[in-house]
This record gives sequence, structure tokens and C-alpha cells, in this order.
Amino acid sequence: MSNTPADLKYAKSHEWVKTLPDGTLLIGITDHAQAALGDLVFVETPKVGRVLAADEACCVVESVKAASDVYAPVAGTVVDANAKLGENPELVNDAPYEAGWLWKLKPANPADVDGLLDAAGYLASLS
Amino acid sequence: MAHAAEPLNPSADVRTAAGPMVSPLNPLEPLIFELGRAGRSAVAQRPVATVAVELPAALRRRVPPALPQVSELQAVRHYTRLSKLNFSIDTHFYPLGSCTMKYNPRACNRLAMLPGFLGRHPLAPAAQSQGFLACMFELQEILKDVTGMAGVSLTPMAGAQGEFAGVAMIRAYHRARNDLARTEILVPDAAHGTNPATATMLGMTVREIPTNAEGDVDLERLAAVIGPQTAGIMLTNPSTLGVFERSIATIAKLVHDAGGLLYYDGANLNAILGEVRPGDMGFDVIHMNLHKTFSTPHGGGGPGAGAVGVSERLLPFMPIPVVGKTGDAYRWLDEKDLPQTIGRLSAFMGNAGVLLRAYVYARLLGREGMQRVAEFAALNANYLQARLRERGFELAFPTRRATHEFIVTLKRDKQQHELTATDIAKRLLDYGYHAPTVYFPLLVPECLLIEPTETEDKDTLDAFVEALCAIREEARTDIATLKGAPYRMPVRRLDDVRAARQLDIRYVAPAGSAR
Repeated sequence: MSNTPADLKYAKSHEWVKTLPDGTLLIGITDHAQAALGDLVFVETPKVGRVLAADEACCVVESVKAASDVYAPVAGTVVDANAKLGENPELVNDAPYEAGWLWKLKPANPADVDGLLDAAGYLASLS
Repeated sequence: MAHAAEPLNPSADVRTAAGPMVSPLNPLEPLIFELGRAGRSAVAQRPVATVAVELPAALRRRVPPALPQVSELQAVRHYTRLSKLNFSIDTHFYPLGSCTMKYNPRACNRLAMLPGFLGRHPLAPAAQSQGFLACMFELQEILKDVTGMAGVSLTPMAGAQGEFAGVAMIRAYHRARNDLARTEILVPDAAHGTNPATATMLGMTVREIPTNAEGDVDLERLAAVIGPQTAGIMLTNPSTLGVFERSIATIAKLVHDAGGLLYYDGANLNAILGEVRPGDMGFDVIHMNLHKTFSTPHGGGGPGAGAVGVSERLLPFMPIPVVGKTGDAYRWLDEKDLPQTIGRLSAFMGNAGVLLRAYVYARLLGREGMQRVAEFAALNANYLQARLRERGFELAFPTRRATHEFIVTLKRDKQQHELTATDIAKRLLDYGYHAPTVYFPLLVPECLLIEPTETEDKDTLDAFVEALCAIREEARTDIATLKGAPYRMPVRRLDDVRAARQLDIRYVAPAGSAR
């Protein structure tokens, strides 16, 4: 069974969101998503400074099976991206909620995060 | 090569494979660079080393190129051995279907290579190319007829370029009407990846439309996003899910009422050839992969032809040149005839050889023959689907009739026995079958997309069913051994993750070698 931490928020399209102390959001894909994709061989993160609309496709994760878009769970501006994934895409498989984070977003409206799913809601969306 | 020469005994094979096992086939053929000796060459092919003296010294090579140094017979044997390692339509059942390679009659190849065609210079004047132009004109007419479109341009060099031309025409149409707000292209989530890529290349914004559980486009979600910004929708019908889009008439009306146009991706044309016409479904533009549906050996990225067909309203925008006929004379139509054309897509007029093969294929089949292609493609797929369902394989869309292809999902087998689509694909090689498409479409987990095509006989299909059942049985008794398949190929299971992460495709001569 895949790991779905209770302290994170989730989007139906398999992204997780963690609100950091400074109000920015750390974003990645769920354990379920990485398991479904299989071993990643390439990750393209969004450029720092890019302004994203909610649900905008902004990141690509490619495994030996498929290339998939990752969507912005909420609107905002990209303030950081995980540079380590260029050389080590497997971090997303090994630690999807930690070293395998994808990008950091400054939300346009911090309250948007409340509209996302909680762990139970995300798990329910999988069945 | 030994693969299917004798009946395989898969269970015995798996047992022996558990121990150290030498492949019954050739050891892996070395690179041609690893054959031969310094200074050896085939006299007839020996490079002339004294050319290009008029090039400035700064532009000349300082080191001779690293060419293989082999005798003529070494080269012949090397490539013949390599060719024997191939899985091909001539040697194996190939359930990848028309997407990669269906059977292409030899006659198409032979007639397209008549000396008059082969020797014709692309710049030859029309007066000296009447035979060739007549073939191209007739091909345009045949394709118009079989697709129900008002005009056809043969110019696009491949499916991707045909898609590009199609959406470029949609854009040109809206611009010509000064309808500049139409910047969105709708694409169902079951679409081929090339559709959103094409729309993006043309500066359009892509909007994805979800598919419902039955495999049709979700009409409510479609209606919700259609509007004055809609330039058009790109659809494949039958879709990549192997089912016919039943609401196509409703979709066409929705999109047309909103001022958008409909683009038909011809990837699955094989399923409906001569039976249903995209023009009658309401499509405004269609691309046809002539290389796949109309008989050119193309697997591995060979030359293509992505002819486009258009409805009345897109006629002025067709890519040039198009072949026209005045009286008895054929000629190229260009900017003067089609001032609103989206322009030229290549130096000449597309891949002449592929178009000629398509012409011969179309003439050999005729209208009735084309219908039979679609009917037998659908019959074979539905037979295979029914047999596999009977034997307990799970269908992705169990309530739907297959078109020319269908999808098996191994979701349950993976949960119960860890049997994945990759495992089946690899083990099928040992049984003498090329694997079907795996892991596409992305919407279906652990899927096999099986397309037998129209030319397979019942015995072959039955044997394929038995092979799949035998592999599933192996998975149930000894999944660990199955995970090591293939066992009878020159190489075993490759580490495709490492191969992708540490790409190593360049030959580097060992230090101290003479090259």
C-alpha cells in the first residue's frame, strides 16, 4: 500500500503540497504516482519565476513507461526547483515526500491550499 | 535462427533457464568496428583520400574518419547476421499492428520502384512527369473518396507534419475570417501525444477533455469548455482505446455550433477504411498516415507520408504543391492557384516513393478491397478479444466491441501474481512473437494494446492466445523465473532504467587501437 502522509494536502492529479513555515508551498508527486509511473529517468521542473495558474501543466516526469505532466495544485509563482533531480531523477522514486520534491511555489492566495484534498480524500479518489 | 523452428516447451525452458544457460541463438554480434584489422578494406568501397583539396586547410580533417576496416565479405556477413536477429513481419506475428507494421504487399514495393519512377528528377518539368503526376492526381481522388473530404494534399512528409499542416489550416481559416480570439485546441486525454504537441507547436493552448468509463469523450465536460476561444478539437476515431467514439455526431455539432473546426487524427484509419468516412462524421481536416495504412515498410522511423484531406471551407488553405488537372494535362498547383495556402512543407512534394506505394496499394484493393481491410482488421481484433476474455484475461472496456485493436489490462494479475505488461512482452519473444504495444494508452494501467491487423489467419491468432495463457500460467507457478525473460534471445532482460539514465550510444575506439 502506498504511503500518504496525513500532514500533507493533495490534488486529485497526484501532487502533494506542504505549507512551509515561511508560507511557501513545497510540491511533489505522491508515492502512489511514483509507483504507478515506475522508475523515473528524467524530470523537467518549472523555471523559477514562472507564474502558474491552478491546474496548469508545468512539470514533466518521464519514466521508462511514460512521460506525464505534473500540474500546479494552486496558482502562484515558482520560487525554487529541485536542481538535484537533473542528475538524480530516482530521488522521486526513493523519497517522493522528501528529497524528491519538485518545486516550491509562492501561492497567489494562501487560502487556496485549504481547498485541496486531505490524505483521506486523496486515498478515496484513488479507488 | 532457432526461435520458432521447433515447438517450444516453455515450462522446460523456464526450468533450464533457472540454471546457467547459454542462449541457443548467436552470441551478440559485435559492432562492425570491432571486426576487421587496421588497413583492411573492400577495394570497391575504399574511400578516396585525396578529395577536397580546394577546401581551406582550416576546414579539413586532421584525423581520418574512424571507418570500419573490414573486407567486403565481412561486411556482408555482419549485416546478414544482424538482419537474422530481427523480429519482422516477414518472420513473426507482430501484434503492434498497423501502428508499426502491417503486411505490405510486395507488389506495392515493386511497382513503386519502376525505373521511370526511381529515375525521375524531382525538378523534372511537368511535361516530362505526366505519368507520375497522373498517379498522384488519382491518389488524391481516391483518398478524397475514401475519406469523404473535398480536397487532398499529399505534401506532408510524415504523420506529424500532416498534423501540423492540419492545425495550421485551422489557424489560417480563423485568421482569414479575422476571428483572432480562437486560440484553444481541445484534446481528449486518450489522444496520441502528438496532438497536444502539434497544437503547442502552432502557438495554441491545449485543453484536455476527460474520457468516461466507457471510453467515449465526456460530453458534459466538453460542452463546459467550448466557447468563442475554441479553434478546434483533435480527435482520433476509433480512439486510442480501441473503441469507436459513438457521440461523434454530437461532438461535431457542439464544436461547429461554437465556431470551431474538427481535426481527425488518421492513426486508426485502418479500422474504418471504406466503411465510415471522416468527412461524413463532420470532420473538417484529416491526416492519413499513408505509410502505415497504405503499405510502406516504415517500422524504425522510415520515410512517411502524412497526406491531409480537407472539407470545402479549408480548400483554399491546403499545403502546396497539389496536383491539378486541366483537360488531359496534369500540373502542380502552387501559390498562384492557392494564394491563401499555408505554404510549402518541404522542398518538393512529399515522399514520392511512399505516395506511389500508397497509390499501388489503393489500386490493388479497390473500394471493395479497402472495405475488406477494415472488416478483417476488426474481425481479427474482435476474435482475439473474445478468445482472451474467454480464457480469463481482463478487458479494459469489457462492454465495448473492439475496432481494429483492443486493450487487455493486467491490473489484477499484477496485484495477485506480480505479472506485469513488461513481463509478458519480454516472455512473448521466447515464444516467437513480437510484443504488442505496452503501457499505452496511459489511461489504462498495465495494459497490452493488441492489434492483429487484417492479414493474420485464425491459426496464428489461436496460437498467440495459447502463448499468452501459457505465460500467465508460468507467472502463477514461478514468477521469479519469468521476471528474467527473455531466455532464448541473444540478450536477456535489459536494464532499461539504467540504459535511459546512463545513455551510452557512441562507439569509442579502445586506447591504442589502429583507428
